[in-house]
Amino acid sequence: MRYIPNSPGERGSMLSDIGLDSIEDLFDQIPEQLKLREPIGVGDPMSEPELLEYFRGLASKNGVDYQSFLGAGAYSHFIPVIIDSLISRAEFFTAYTPYQPELSQGTLQYTFEFQTMICQLTGMEVANSSLYDGSTAVAEAVLMANRVTRRSKFIIADTVHPQYREVVSAYTKHLGLTIELDHHGEAGTLEPGSLGIDSQTAAVVVQSPNFFGCIEDLAAIADAAHDAGALLIVAVTEPMSLGVLKPPGACGVDIVAGETQSFGIPLSFGGPYCGLFATLEKYVRQMPGRLVGEAQDDQGRRGYVLTLSTREQHIRREKATSNICTNQGLFALMATVYLATMGKHGVQEVARQNLQKAHYAASEIAKIRGYELKFTSPFFNEFVVRAQRPATEVMNRLLDKSIIGGIALEPYYPEMPDSALVCVTETTKKEAIDEFVDALASIGA
Amino acid sequence: MANTPEDLNYTKDHEWVRVKENLATVGITDHAQNQLGDVVYVELPKVGDKFEASEPFGSVESVKAVSEVYMPLAGAVVEVNESLNDSPEQVNEDPYGEGWMIRIKIDNPSQVDALLTAIEYEDYIKEETAE
Repeated sequence: MRYIPNSPGERGSMLSDIGLDSIEDLFDQIPEQLKLREPIGVGDPMSEPELLEYFRGLASKNGVDYQSFLGAGAYSHFIPVIIDSLISRAEFFTAYTPYQPELSQGTLQYTFEFQTMICQLTGMEVANSSLYDGSTAVAEAVLMANRVTRRSKFIIADTVHPQYREVVSAYTKHLGLTIELDHHGEAGTLEPGSLGIDSQTAAVVVQSPNFFGCIEDLAAIADAAHDAGALLIVAVTEPMSLGVLKPPGACGVDIVAGETQSFGIPLSFGGPYCGLFATLEKYVRQMPGRLVGEAQDDQGRRGYVLTLSTREQHIRREKATSNICTNQGLFALMATVYLATMGKHGVQEVARQNLQKAHYAASEIAKIRGYELKFTSPFFNEFVVRAQRPATEVMNRLLDKSIIGGIALEPYYPEMPDSALVCVTETTKKEAIDEFVDALASIGA
Repeated sequence: MANTPEDLNYTKDHEWVRVKENLATVGITDHAQNQLGDVVYVELPKVGDKFEASEPFGSVESVKAVSEVYMPLAGAVVEVNESLNDSPEQVNEDPYGEGWMIRIKIDNPSQVDALLTAIEYEDYIKEETAE
């Protein structure tokens, strides 16, 4: 039964107050041809057994025997079963994040632990309780740099994930901000000496490892930005890389914005994921998102409570630092359980395995006639392979052999029709890498 | 009853102004700090920033609210009270002294005449409180 809180009479009087005859008039703006005029085609109701059978049939269409080398912002890492069993506890399992300190100490504590672990990984001073995902985190970082510097020009690397760049553009296009694209050099990374930073630049936005998997020289870019009074924002789509790389915080980075999917969050066709956001303490009042702090009650016992809320919408209204009023609670919990389970050494070990397997795969592929590594920069677990024919053709031939070989770059970088982005993680067995290499060799140049 | 020194000028936004030739020192009034409660952070402009009269030049954050602070007079900031970064409580403890916020070079001295006197300001807060 549907619950509609007002009566037909009340609805009529509301409509006449605003000068309309029917509810339909409210949707006048929508072109006629876009309106749905017949029932949604979901078929007749089914009984539970029929429904189960129907979905089993759908599930059987999934390809289960494929070996995937896809990455590009969504990474296949091992997910320990403890994550599902802990997040399924009734105290935790809700899409909503309760913040009331009197009854939500458990939620606030794991959120505080999430923030702490993000700080430890990134080397930054303060992290928030999470944002929607990596792309919106980067967009929020851009808005924050605009507030901090009161400048409106941004330089964004073309090696930032193309979809992240689209989100940044959607967030900023009506705010009078200028976003300039900076092109990568031959090595696959930015050239810090020629970034075009000037006294109007609010921030430089780079990704590391970048979309091509290459590791950027963050310290040099940070120096170039700071010399002009600009900030450096670093996007991280593959936070597992932080297990082996120097943390951004040690490279002079001002804001780290990224994705935590790699930490125990299922791929789920690209989302929902969970954004991370960390910065320096001196910028904390310009930071978006909720923050949990550690406090003491009147008997000196440790407790957790939301803090610095005066940045937020319910207090600051239109001057709030963001329209974010919550966090990605359940997914932040997955990442927290993952990181706590793996521990510092576990994350380092996973990162090392990614590094070694990806480098093994890259060196084997580079030995095949007709294939080479496009870029020379150091990389973590992704790299660009260049063929002597269209990459889509190679990928389709691999698909016939049940191998999802990577992402053909042409749709995002039209100048690279012969290149594909390949990802190898700890979940890729050596035999699978060898089969991939054999398949490429058999396709040939 | 709030303290309202007679030698200062005031605004309806609860700033005080101490004018000395073409320079003016600005802070928030005793009444304002009392209404805000414990001040935990003061956001101030940079030296060299220019503002029109009535434009917000910074903000004062108390435990539960943030309020803008407004320029009583058009001008350029020549000095800011850096000590408020570490000790924002000076705004509560000594609003007309250690709790000052910025010093500005006045663009147009005739704007001073439009400011409230101590008596006018006291009348104004009486009215406001009565509402």
